[in-house]
Order: sequence, then structure tokens, then C-alpha cells
Amino acid sequence: MSASLERPSLDAAADARLTGGTAIAVAVIAALALVPVYTTLTGNAFLLTLFTRVLILAIGAVSLNLIMGYGGMVSFGHAAYLGIGGYAVGILAKEGIGSGFVQWPVAVAASALYALVVGALSLRTRGVYFIMITLAFAQMIYYVVIGLDRYGGDDGLTIYRRSSFGGILDLNNKTVFYYLCFAVLLAGIYLVARIVNSRFGLVIQGTRANERRMQAIGFPTFRYKPACFVIAGALCGLAGALLANHANFISPAMMHWTRSGDLIVMVVLGGLGTLFGPLIGAVVFLLLEEGLSRLTEYPDLILGPILLLVAIYAHGGIEGLLRGRRG
Amino acid sequence: MLYFIEQCLNGIQLGMLLFLLAAGLTLVFGIMDLVNLAHGSLYMLGAYFAATFAIWTGSFVAAVILALVVSALVGMALEIVAIRRLYARSHLDHVLGTFGLLLFFNEAVRLIWGPAGMTLTLPPQMLAAVQIIPGIYYPIYRLVIILAALAVAALLYFVVMRTRLGMLIRAGASNREMVGALGVNIKLLYTLVFGLGAALAGFAGVMQAPILTVQIGMGENILILAFVVIIIGGIGSIRGAFVAAIVVGLIDTVGRAFLPDLLGHILSTNAAATLGPALSSMSIYMVMAGILIFRPEGLFPAASR
Repeated sequence: MSASLERPSLDAAADARLTGGTAIAVAVIAALALVPVYTTLTGNAFLLTLFTRVLILAIGAVSLNLIMGYGGMVSFGHAAYLGIGGYAVGILAKEGIGSGFVQWPVAVAASALYALVVGALSLRTRGVYFIMITLAFAQMIYYVVIGLDRYGGDDGLTIYRRSSFGGILDLNNKTVFYYLCFAVLLAGIYLVARIVNSRFGLVIQGTRANERRMQAIGFPTFRYKPACFVIAGALCGLAGALLANHANFISPAMMHWTRSGDLIVMVVLGGLGTLFGPLIGAVVFLLLEEGLSRLTEYPDLILGPILLLVAIYAHGGIEGLLRGRRG
Repeated sequence: MLYFIEQCLNGIQLGMLLFLLAAGLTLVFGIMDLVNLAHGSLYMLGAYFAATFAIWTGSFVAAVILALVVSALVGMALEIVAIRRLYARSHLDHVLGTFGLLLFFNEAVRLIWGPAGMTLTLPPQMLAAVQIIPGIYYPIYRLVIILAALAVAALLYFVVMRTRLGMLIRAGASNREMVGALGVNIKLLYTLVFGLGAALAGFAGVMQAPILTVQIGMGENILILAFVVIIIGGIGSIRGAFVAAIVVGLIDTVGRAFLPDLLGHILSTNAAATLGPALSSMSIYMVMAGILIFRPEGLFPAASR
């Protein structure tokens, strides 16, 4: 427990600025910004598709990190928001509403609403019970969409037209779409940075360290935590809308519990409760997955033990490793 | 009415299977405080072992026994190599590490047994159905599952409540440092408990193998159900796991069988056919959420936590 008391940096941005983690993060972000340039020069369209996916899931990881890393709320059902955001886009598209100005706000609002309900009900429990109840709610949504016969049920639904934004943005242009995802990701990281350094964020971090003490000094933590939960849900719902547009396809599989596990892995791998950790974790995890599956027919035979080793030896994920060596 | 009784029996059979899985999970959880997502993998391995040994030996009973032993051995080896290094870490690290193990086991099974599933054929005398109440015929094998699981439950109760090993297990659950300080080899105890949990999970896999196809990922969805069971029952409580397993098994099976018809009375047939199965799959999670809202520590919270 003492480790978790030492680690929380109340001023995460300033703290990260001093460490090697930030240098790496800046390098990663710069590299990500240049991916479309590289793929245009080499004509490697697959790479652009892969990195678009990396960016979108990184948004999901950033959102999960807000509640899990800073708020201590370990949600094992975060893929549900990807699904809700995705299905909002898919269902509206199927019903003939193709405008992104309608689809995306609905995706965000639906995810926020779901987060509000789940948060209100599950934040009464703690510890491993909280992990499991968020998982249970995600499973419920999973079975709901399997039951949606009109929208493909178990098989999923193809989205024939990406969200249209009038003449402003053409999402069919892969480079435009990539930079849109990139912008959303950076905005998400900025949002988290602003939140965790605000008074609101300090209360949230204080709640992670010691909820009873926060209550004793007069903060109604039962109002702060659901608010934080809803913000994270809304952000991840937006990622879901992006994911549906990216794949042109939605299916219950995007909210299977192992997808929630993937998001947790990204956050913990990168560095829990650090600003850029989730981004680094998403990049490393997805590229590792991709690279290993090219290298061998059995990628998880290597990936699995790597995750185990990270869990056993790497306190604080990749960010933690960088910080430990430098510090 | 006859159909209802049959469905109830199916529900109890599923409940018994869930109990076998949940008992191991709740032991490991209650005593070592370990969230083990790889528990479903041990269930899967048990089924694969049984199918393989059945081919090698040609005997169903020998296959079951061998599969049980090998499951326990794999579990203990896993504990010594990997799991014991996770005890001191946070629940989140447990999730990460055992998620990695889950990926590893799925892939290892694909490497060893190939991507196609396997089947375990029952001996002919188990294929028949018997008349249990006048007018109701029920497959012998499903009765065997129920009885075998009941026997295991009784044995487990006896071991935990009446033997020295069980006394140490209970003591370990309430205060591990003290048990260690009194000179008990706590490392060995943990290895044994994990092996016991693995054997129970493997046994569940073995029993289920003839009913379902033995395939990769078969442990993933049932693992979540087993987690629901131990959460409803209260973590660390075997009695709670038993009650909750039967409740969950009955809700799932009976809901699946009757909800579509019931909904048909209020909704159009089409809507009911779609909504029914979805609602019955959801119902377990609704029950769990409901119970956690009113009893945040489950139905039978273990005294120590």
C-alpha cells in the first residue's frame, strides 16, 4: 500500500515533465503525427489503417485511465462504451440518419447516460466487487445487442456510409479520418490533464488514496466519483463512434469482456495514472500484437507471458520503468 | 409441467457445474486474495485432457480420473511458476497477469490440439434416459453430473470443515501471517489450494465435455458466470457459492426456456423471439446487480472480510 501512497503525483503533468516518460511520449506523438506522411510516401495503406485503430483504442485507454488510474475505480466493463458509441452510429445509419452532427452527439450522450446509471448503481460497492459489477453491466449490454435482431444480432451490422459532416470533413478520406482521430486523442489527453489538476481532479485523486478521509474533510465523494465516471464514459463513447466509422462495421464482439481486458492491459502496460501511459500502452500493445502475429502463427504464446512478466516485475508499467531508470 | 420439471433439472445441472468452477475460484480468491481470470483455462484444459485420454485409453472412466490428476498437477505447476509471484500485487496486476495466462493457454491449446474442437464420446450405457418420475425421462449422464457434483460438494465440505488441511485453509483465509508465524508451510498450503481449485475446474470441464464441443475459449463465458456466482454468494464462502450456483443455473435455464413464451403474451411473437433470449441472458446480471446494490458483500459474506 505504501507504494500507492508514494506514487500519486498530484500534479501529474508537471511531474511527468521531469521524467524520461515525457520525452518518449513526445517522440511517440510526433511519430504518430507523421504516420500519414510516411504511408503516403510508401503507399502502405494498411499501416495507416492499423495506426488509426491504435489511436482510437488509445482514446479508450485514456478514458479508462481517468477513472482507473486517477480515480481508483477499476472498471472491467469499459468496452461497453465502445459498443454503445459504435451502435449509436450504426443504428442511426441504418435508420437513415447519416449526419455525424446527430450520430456523434447521440453516441456520446448514450454512453454518458449508461455511465450515469452504472456509476450510480455500482459505485456503492468497492474493491473486487466493483470490478465484477462493472463487468456484469457490460455483459448485460453485450447480450442486449446480441438480441437486437434488426441490427444484425450476433453477426453484427455493416455500416455502408461513414458519418457525414456536410462539406467540412470527409471521413472517407483516410488521412482526414486519421488526423481527426489524432485530434480527438490529443484533446482527450488534454482534457484528462486539465481534469486531474483541477480541484475536481484533486478530490478524485484524494478519493483513490483514502475515500473515508476525503469524506471526513467534507467532500461528497459519492457525487464526485459518478461525475468522473460519466466523463470517462462519454469520452470512450466517442471512441466507439470513431471505431464504428473506422471498421464500417459493428458487432457484439467489440464489447466482449476480453476487449475490456485489452483496455485494462493497455493502461496498466503503459503506466497506470500517468498522463501519457495509456497512449504508450496502446501503441506498444497493439503493435506487439500485430508484429507477433506476423512473426509467428501463435502470437499469444509470447504476448501472454509478456503480460504476466509486466504484472509481476514492472511496477507502474512502461512509464514506471522509464521513470525508475531515470530517477 | 413436465417440461418445467425437466428444465429445472437442467438448471440444477448447470448450477452444479458452475459450483465446481466457482468453488475453486472462491477458494483461491478467499484464501490467496487472487483474481484468477485463467481459471476458465483450467476448465478448458480439463476438457481437452479428458478427450485426449479417452482416445488413448479407450475408457471414459480412466480418462476422467487421469484428466483430474493432470489438471491438479498443471494447476500446482502454474502456481509455483507464475501465480505465487502475483499474491503480493494489486488486483489490477492479477487481472493483467492472469489475462496474459488466459491468452497463453488458448494459444497453447491451439498449438497442441489444433484449432478444430474435439468431442468426448460417452460410454453407451450413459446415453440412455431413465424415468425419474412417471412420465419424465431424463438423460442418465445429466443425472450423473448432478450426483457427482453433489458428492464433490460434500467431500469439499468435509475437507474444509473436518480435516486438519481444511482447518489450515480456513485459518489461512482469516489471517495468513498468523498461520505462517505458527510454523505452517504457507507456500505449500497455497500450492495445494491452487491445485485443488484447478482440479475442481478441470473436473467441471471434464463433466461438461461430452455435452458441449471441446473448443478453444470454452472457458471464457462460463468463467464470467462463475465470477457472478462467487460475487452473489460472497467471496470466500463455499456455502454461498453452492447456493448462488444453483440460483444462477436455475435463472439462466428456466429463463431461457420460458421467457420467450411469457413475453409472447404481451408482445408480438417476433419481438418476443428476439427479446426473450436477450432478456434471459441479461437476467442473471440483473439479479447480481440487484443483490450487490442491497448487499454489497454478497449473500453470505465470509466473516473475515
